[in-house]
Amino acid sequence: MPLIYPLVFAAFLFSAGVYGVLARRNAVMVLMSIELMLNAVNVNLVAFNAYLQDQLVSGQVFALFVIAVAAAEVGIGLAIVLLIFRNRETVNIDEVDLLRW
Amino acid sequence: MEKLAWLVPALPLVAWAVLLLVGRRLPGGGAAVGILAVAVGWVISLAILFGVIGGADAYHVSTEWTPIGAGFEIPFGMTVDGLAAVLLVVVTTVSLLVQLYSVSYMRGDERYTFFFAKLSLFTAGMLIVVLADNLLLMLFGWEVMGVCSYFLIGHYWEDVANARAAVKAFLTTRVGDLGFMAGIFVFAWAARSFEIERIIEGVATGEISSTTVTLGAALLFCGAIGKSGQFPLHTWLPDAMAGPTPVSALIHAATMVAAGVFLVARMYPVFEASGSVLNEIGILASITMLIAALLALVQDDIKRVLAYSTVSQLAYMMAALSVGGYSAGIFHLFTHAFFKALLFLAAGAIIHAVHSNNMSEMGGLARAMPVTFGTFLVGALALAGIAPLAGFWSKDEILTDAWNAGFAGAGEAATSQSVAQIVFVTGMVTAFLTALYVGRMLWLTFGAAFRGQGHPHEADAAMLFPLVVLAVGAALAGFAGLGDNSIGTWIATEHLPAHGPATLNLGLIVVTTVVALTGLAIGTALYRRGLPEREYLERVPVVWKTLQRKFFLDDLYEQGIVRAVAGALAPATYWFDQRAVDGVVNGAGLGTRRLARGLRYVQSGQAQWYAAALFIGVVGLAVVVTQLIGG
Repeated sequence: MPLIYPLVFAAFLFSAGVYGVLARRNAVMVLMSIELMLNAVNVNLVAFNAYLQDQLVSGQVFALFVIAVAAAEVGIGLAIVLLIFRNRETVNIDEVDLLRW
Repeated sequence: MEKLAWLVPALPLVAWAVLLLVGRRLPGGGAAVGILAVAVGWVISLAILFGVIGGADAYHVSTEWTPIGAGFEIPFGMTVDGLAAVLLVVVTTVSLLVQLYSVSYMRGDERYTFFFAKLSLFTAGMLIVVLADNLLLMLFGWEVMGVCSYFLIGHYWEDVANARAAVKAFLTTRVGDLGFMAGIFVFAWAARSFEIERIIEGVATGEISSTTVTLGAALLFCGAIGKSGQFPLHTWLPDAMAGPTPVSALIHAATMVAAGVFLVARMYPVFEASGSVLNEIGILASITMLIAALLALVQDDIKRVLAYSTVSQLAYMMAALSVGGYSAGIFHLFTHAFFKALLFLAAGAIIHAVHSNNMSEMGGLARAMPVTFGTFLVGALALAGIAPLAGFWSKDEILTDAWNAGFAGAGEAATSQSVAQIVFVTGMVTAFLTALYVGRMLWLTFGAAFRGQGHPHEADAAMLFPLVVLAVGAALAGFAGLGDNSIGTWIATEHLPAHGPATLNLGLIVVTTVVALTGLAIGTALYRRGLPEREYLERVPVVWKTLQRKFFLDDLYEQGIVRAVAGALAPATYWFDQRAVDGVVNGAGLGTRRLARGLRYVQSGQAQWYAAALFIGVVGLAVVVTQLIGG
């Protein structure tokens, strides 16, 4: 399989993630979009690992790391979103703007 | 022994630190620390001087202090030659005796320990000047002395007049110091080094142009004018008498004020290369010695008489240097240190006894204070130049040099003959005036009947001991200048060969002795019966007023300089500081606040805006990086 296929796929995935992060109002959706971006990176890592035929499979190892970090991150992120919802009855991040001037 | 010379200034410096830190808790207020430090230095100094007398070569050690590039370096080192050895002995001797004397004199003083700490620091500063092999180190010691002088004059700062005198002394000498600093930079620039030896080499080989030499020497001499109380900056020295008497003896008679003379002597080959500067020194010294001697005639305060006398005698040394009398000038510095320190310390004993500085409240003390009287008499006659006391020999050598340069045409210096003639004539007149005011001072203090309150009594042994030692010095120091192996040989250097034993001109000796005796006789005739109803000079109102107002110099400085500074310059700089300097500082703060007031809306709290900015930034960076590196 040529390298270009997974790269183009990852680029679409990443762009979808960026769109989601920037445009969605729902905090849960924003978190999911971040997952999309991370997974786009994972696709790249694995693709390049295969392409370069690395003996140490460091691409795959890093992908595993990213998955672990993403799990932790989404765990904390969802906890925060839950607390915000309990306090303010909303998960619309436009309304969560306490840290401003 | 020369290798240990660094200990001489280092020990008082350590003593200063010890006194400042723990002095108050030491037994006896810590005075012993300062005395011990300088006593060890005194022993080393004597050993060095005897080495020099035995024919030891100059010892020079130097290390690089700070490299500043461009082939320029700041050295740090010392030169132990004959000149330094003589000065080391003078400084440590006087400092040791003054500190011994102060143990009793300053007893019960509120700032007793601090006083000794300052004396130690001062001694260290002076010794650094003496040993310095380069002008920057010398300037360092020079300023240490200046600040100690300031502190010590203002020792009794509770009295505002004393604090003002301290400020006056500090600022007036600072005027000269500016010139000194400029002179240092002129020579350092021209010789590419701060080292005195290199500068002298440069002048000798003609590497430094004669214009530069004249400019630099004149500027250096400004420093000497300030420090050594020469006209027109002499006005601070009489006011400096506000300090305790031991301070006057140490700083304002024997050592610090002689530093200016020492500076000229240390750089003498440079001064010798410039006739116009030597002429300038000769003229200024002549003016100084004359007006100071005249002013000494009308003072009531005994310390002020001695202060003006010091100014006048320092001018003698300068005059000697100006007519090529290198060894005569240093010889006079050497003898003067003994007899003037003696006179001040004896005056201190008198002041202690009668509780007044004024001679109008003294009189008849010869019977009450026989030892003080005896020692004071030795010092006073040495000052007046009566053979065979110290002052006679050195004063005579100076006048001989002036005569040779002015009239005999045998002068070796570049001074013009007419200047040497002026120096000789004023020197003679000053010798007469000196004897006159010495006679006046002696009779007003010790003669006739006591005019003050209470019953004066002799000082205690701790104060009398230094007096006796100094009296022996004042009587015998003159013999250091006689014979083949005399002071002139000790201080000779490669650039300043010894002239051999001083040639005593018999005719001149007779004339100076007659002049001195005449002065003393007139003083005796006028003041034998104590203070006259009206001072004799008071009968000539113009002269009296001029002398009382100190030739109007203080008025001139007060009305001219002080008023200009306080009236216009100070408000202008205040305005500049408040508006311009503070304006920049405050403006920076205010500008930041104004900017922040606008910029803070960027901080909207909208996380997605931040993310968008982040993405745009990353993309922008990526474009830049790929275009620059990939392109």
